[in-house]
Amino acid sequence: MDAVVVEGARKRFGEVVALDGVDLAVPSGELRALLGPNGAGKTTLVRALATLSGLDGGRAEVAGIDVAADPAGVRARIGVVGQHAAVDEVLTGRANLRMFARLHHLSAAGARSRADELLEVFGLVEAADRPVSGYSGGMRRRLDLAAGMVLSPAVLFLDEPTTGLDPRGRAQVWDAVRDLVRGGTTVLMTTQYLDEADQLADRVTVVDRGRVLAEGTPAELKARVGGAHLVFVVREGHDLDRAAAAVAGLGAPRTDLERRRVDLAVSGGAGDLVRAVRALDADGIEVADIALRAPTLDEAFLALTGQVVA
Amino acid sequence: MSTWVVVDSMTLTRRALAHWRANPGPLVFGMLFNAMLVLVFAYLFGGAITVPGGQDYGSYLMPGMLGMTMLFGTGGTTEAIATDLRRGVVDRFRSMPMAPSAVLVGRAVADLLLAVLTLAVMVGVGLLIGWRPEVGPGFALALVLLLWFRFALTWVGVYLALRLREGVVTVVQTVEFPVGFLSGAFIPTSTMPGWLGAIADWNPLSSTVAATRELTGSPAVAGSWPAEHPLLLAVVWPAVLLAVFFPLAARAFARLGD
Repeated sequence: MDAVVVEGARKRFGEVVALDGVDLAVPSGELRALLGPNGAGKTTLVRALATLSGLDGGRAEVAGIDVAADPAGVRARIGVVGQHAAVDEVLTGRANLRMFARLHHLSAAGARSRADELLEVFGLVEAADRPVSGYSGGMRRRLDLAAGMVLSPAVLFLDEPTTGLDPRGRAQVWDAVRDLVRGGTTVLMTTQYLDEADQLADRVTVVDRGRVLAEGTPAELKARVGGAHLVFVVREGHDLDRAAAAVAGLGAPRTDLERRRVDLAVSGGAGDLVRAVRALDADGIEVADIALRAPTLDEAFLALTGQVVA
Repeated sequence: MSTWVVVDSMTLTRRALAHWRANPGPLVFGMLFNAMLVLVFAYLFGGAITVPGGQDYGSYLMPGMLGMTMLFGTGGTTEAIATDLRRGVVDRFRSMPMAPSAVLVGRAVADLLLAVLTLAVMVGVGLLIGWRPEVGPGFALALVLLLWFRFALTWVGVYLALRLREGVVTVVQTVEFPVGFLSGAFIPTSTMPGWLGAIADWNPLSSTVAATRELTGSPAVAGSWPAEHPLLLAVVWPAVLLAVFFPLAARAFARLGD
């Protein structure tokens, strides 16, 4: 069953078209990344699915419930973690989770024990009784995630969950998200970080200017840009042309004299790497560095949208 | 849904109280500021002001100051709502299976509780400077009318915060002093130029303050129609403010998503 279904979603803000006919289907248990640059419409879509704003056209369904017809029903089955760490700065971590649990209509005792569980799960036990204003960015985000998980929602929406975090904070949030997906939660996550989509997502939906441009696993999207590249650097610049000639049988080499680098698209995988090494060695060309490199999602995105992602 | 409004509002009222417990600085500062205003007006300016009925200025001032503190409370309402909007906390509440209106109702109740505390402190300050109100049902009714005025202002504040967001705190701080001074809170409106006095007479703050004076035993002031009907207007003005700003606030809140 699909946990999230979007059909022909349209939304405009004055002259700006934020969603221009978006279709999306996310199967239960999947971690789906919505990847796109600023202004692509990612946040607008997530806000609509989270019942925070309406659509001008089309329809959306979350956990089998129509978002427009029964927003309260949807709210009971989702967790939402927005772009800000929307937790109470003044209260302690524990008091925050108790408050959010109470607002999810748990009893006072139920709220206390659920808060304790969530503090444990998200690694916040030690900081539990300190005001959130003293938390690191990563801790705040984890508290934010915990607050979104009070009722173990069927679908969790994450809007740019690691924007503004340092690498350590990002790693912590990624670990927490992976654990949630392992526990069976469907996650729809927006991101403008390609490596984040690459690392976390089962599938990626690429959006730009309110439209879906492509969809697939990270590997499929990379494959669309073509196969792997063989890249090597020769030790002496005057060997460059000879080196290019030596590997010309494997593909069409491009040379970069300044960096003493040869780059060619290959289709033979590791075998091509071995053949290249042999050919270069036979011609007596010294190589400083050689590697077979899969295309990055950056390149995939560039190829799909014609624009570079920040 | 309907019963959850009460429960959820209580949860959010408790949240506001927890904020004040955890971070009492601004609250204490606000109380000291109010007390300081009393001292400045009673002892620095008061000597130069004569009030009708030969009353001492401190006793004339205190009902005015009680009204002023109700007006000042609006700043706290707007700041709290604007902060929750900016931090995404309001959106989080709206995406949860709680009663959405509790976000505003919880705030209004917390602000009323704070207003009760503020009135208690101010009455204490008044007693210290020699104010001797007639204590009885009239006094209790005066406190109720002051809270009624505060309650109406809460919804003005909520509406302004929802519409103006970040800019609201500056706007409210800029406006509350002129609104406070252009009233009968500090000086009799009869001492103002005619047209200005008329505006001041029709200021809702003037009505609540004049009603408080009448109910606590200050000599009545004859003059304009509003000055002669303070009790009626102290009931009606906040009702009018509520009738206008409660629906506006509710609509602005419902439209946050668009």
